[in-house]
Amino acid sequence: MEINKNQLLRFTTAGSVDDGKSTLIGRLLYDSKSIFEDQLESVSNTSKKKGQEGVDLALFTDGLKDEREQGITIDVAYRYFTTPKRKFIIADTPGHIQYTRNMVTGASTANAAIILIDARNGVIEQTKRHTFIASLLQIPHIIVCINKMDLVDFKEEVYEDIMSQFEEFASKLLIKDVRFIPISALLGDNVVNRSTHMDWYQGAPLLHELENMHISSDINKVDGRFAVQTVIRPQKEGFIDYRGYAGRLASGIYRVGDEVSVLPSGFTSTIKSINAGEEEVQEAFAPMSIAITLTDDIDISRGDMLVKTNNQPETEQEFDVMLCWLNNEPAKPRTKYTLMHTANEQRAMIKKVVYKIDINTYDRITDDDHLAMNDIARVRVRASRRLMIDPYRENRNTGSLILIDESTNETVAAGMIV
Amino acid sequence: MNKYYLNYLDELESEAIYILREVHAQFQNPVILFSGGKDSILVTHLAKKAFYPANIPFALMHVDTGHNFPETIQFRDDLIENLGARLIVGSVQESIDQGRVQEEKGKNATRNALQITTLLDAIESNKVDCAIGGGRRDEEKARAKERFFSHRDDFGQWDPKNQRPELWNLLNGKHFEGEHFRAFPISNWTEMDVWNYIKRENIEIPSLYFAHEREVVLRNGSWIPNSEYLQLEDHEEILTKKIRFRTLGDITITGGIESDADTLEKIALEVSAMRQTERGNRTDDKRSETAMEDRKREGYF
Ligand SMILES: Nc1nc2c(ncn2[C@@H]2O[C@H](COP(=O)(O)OP(=O)(O)O)[C@@H](O)[C@H]2O)c(=O)[nH]1
Ligand SMILES: [Mg+2]
Repeated sequence: MEINKNQLLRFTTAGSVDDGKSTLIGRLLYDSKSIFEDQLESVSNTSKKKGQEGVDLALFTDGLKDEREQGITIDVAYRYFTTPKRKFIIADTPGHIQYTRNMVTGASTANAAIILIDARNGVIEQTKRHTFIASLLQIPHIIVCINKMDLVDFKEEVYEDIMSQFEEFASKLLIKDVRFIPISALLGDNVVNRSTHMDWYQGAPLLHELENMHISSDINKVDGRFAVQTVIRPQKEGFIDYRGYAGRLASGIYRVGDEVSVLPSGFTSTIKSINAGEEEVQEAFAPMSIAITLTDDIDISRGDMLVKTNNQPETEQEFDVMLCWLNNEPAKPRTKYTLMHTANEQRAMIKKVVYKIDINTYDRITDDDHLAMNDIARVRVRASRRLMIDPYRENRNTGSLILIDESTNETVAAGMIV
Repeated sequence: MNKYYLNYLDELESEAIYILREVHAQFQNPVILFSGGKDSILVTHLAKKAFYPANIPFALMHVDTGHNFPETIQFRDDLIENLGARLIVGSVQESIDQGRVQEEKGKNATRNALQITTLLDAIESNKVDCAIGGGRRDEEKARAKERFFSHRDDFGQWDPKNQRPELWNLLNGKHFEGEHFRAFPISNWTEMDVWNYIKRENIEIPSLYFAHEREVVLRNGSWIPNSEYLQLEDHEEILTKKIRFRTLGDITITGGIESDADTLEKIALEVSAMRQTERGNRTDDKRSETAMEDRKREGYF
């Protein structure tokens, strides 16, 4: 395989309980020959113990003890497989209502989301919920798999009908790229191999789509944003004056000689050198981890941002955020949380709830400001100091934040800057 | 715009470096858990890149079961000298001598489970607030659910059902006194990725990974090396075979595979054709289907 060219694609699966997510992932792994013999053997043994015929493909991903006993997925599990074209990372997320936070987690870094629909049930409440989350998190590509086609005699009408149900509600959402595939995860139709039961379907099987979709543009290469994670000061011979600003490029392309502004101070300087590991490079782009030195001695520390002088983010102390509440403890009004944004940390509070969203109808609710687990709302956040922010739809890295409860240290909310 | 994308190895490298730098920024006293195996060697290599030209800002912590391959210890000591790093050793033998743990008995006895106590003691006595591990999610089904930053309570325990959600690149390492974190910068790497990267970067690894002649006995389908700790059973016989190891653990439980792969190229080729997971040759994981999860909950690597 051509390591020098192969890209990494991260995708997440969403669907209601029993729609076949685990089976589909098992099928992808199995048919792409990514299952090892001892894994197969262990799964066959468990299947037999449970009195099932053949191999239960879902067992490849249902990892933890409780899950295997209860036969449900209770947390995000990650799986990997590689084809001659790409390396894939799958975040397998459970479909139950109380675990929406896991889907948000899996979706936050995904290039693509696979949304599963049981062909017998069509679009249900969960489908709308998951599609909403996928659009809220701006997953660049969405693939709707209409599963269990074998249970509806592989009928084209069923597929067409579900497709139009989907398009009807999805038209209210901001989704860039949707495609539909009729599949049977259990039998393998249109997963890795083309189905022989659905000649009416002209498109490609799922794996082919995953291998070929264009993802190079998923990362913003226009706006230069570089948050300093840590400052490297070797204090050893040969590097006495070296002061490198280390971080991972959030977006954009940086070159030696570029003029940059340091935020929030506003000082300007020029890039003197860029290091990627031991190697000195002339240019670097997102998402590379690099260390930058500047021609001027400026006081820069963790959380500061180096941006192109001619293209700067907003610096705001108060701004609106689409917030997804992830914790059992509801939000406490006027309580101070720790806000993490890029490499920055500030105290912050939710000043007001602008509206909540009914995730099934997408209606705005303005007379309820109680935020509990899985609630999604537009809120106004006030931080103790100004943050360098971009709208989430323009930049997933500088547009995202989390809130941490200072009394438990738990991550309680995920926010997308409007 | 076409040249502005990373190939998957570069992307994995960049992600790991990002995580290592977050550890450095968010914790007071982090260490790398160093076993002498390829994964912890890889993590150490990535840490070198992350902080170049400075020395790596982490001590290396080795939990020594006393049942080592001599080659591993030699390799460890050479690496430490090379890096100018500090070595912390937690000794299982000492834990036994102090009565903190009891040696297992019987023919399948290992010191594997005993490591948990030694590790947690070493973490506590050295006031370590983050232990960086080479764990990968593809290794085992319980590991598939680990976060990059994984919280441990003040008993060192992992609660897989109550993990902090990890969103975007935002890693929450906040903790109370007495608690610690495990960080897994190479979570998203597979065995194949590790070998491809070691080959690409030409990273030095212990000779045990390359095919060599060794005295072994066949046990549970793998070749267990002869050593002073090996208790032979009646039907077992010591043979000399050309083998290599896919993972390195205790000499008592790490099985080798027959192989002629004596270069990194040949190893990468061999691994890509493998039909067994690497842990398939470790008797510690064969004990029960949830062996790894049970150990991990208690505080295992
Ligand atoms: N007939 C049929 N059954 C399926 C198909 N996909 C999944 N199933 C079955 O649906 C049930 C739930 O599947 P599972 O993968 O565990 O669903 P999950 O809860 O979404 O992970 C299992 O009994 C599967 O065998 C399919 O394409 N056809
Ligand atoms: Mg499942």
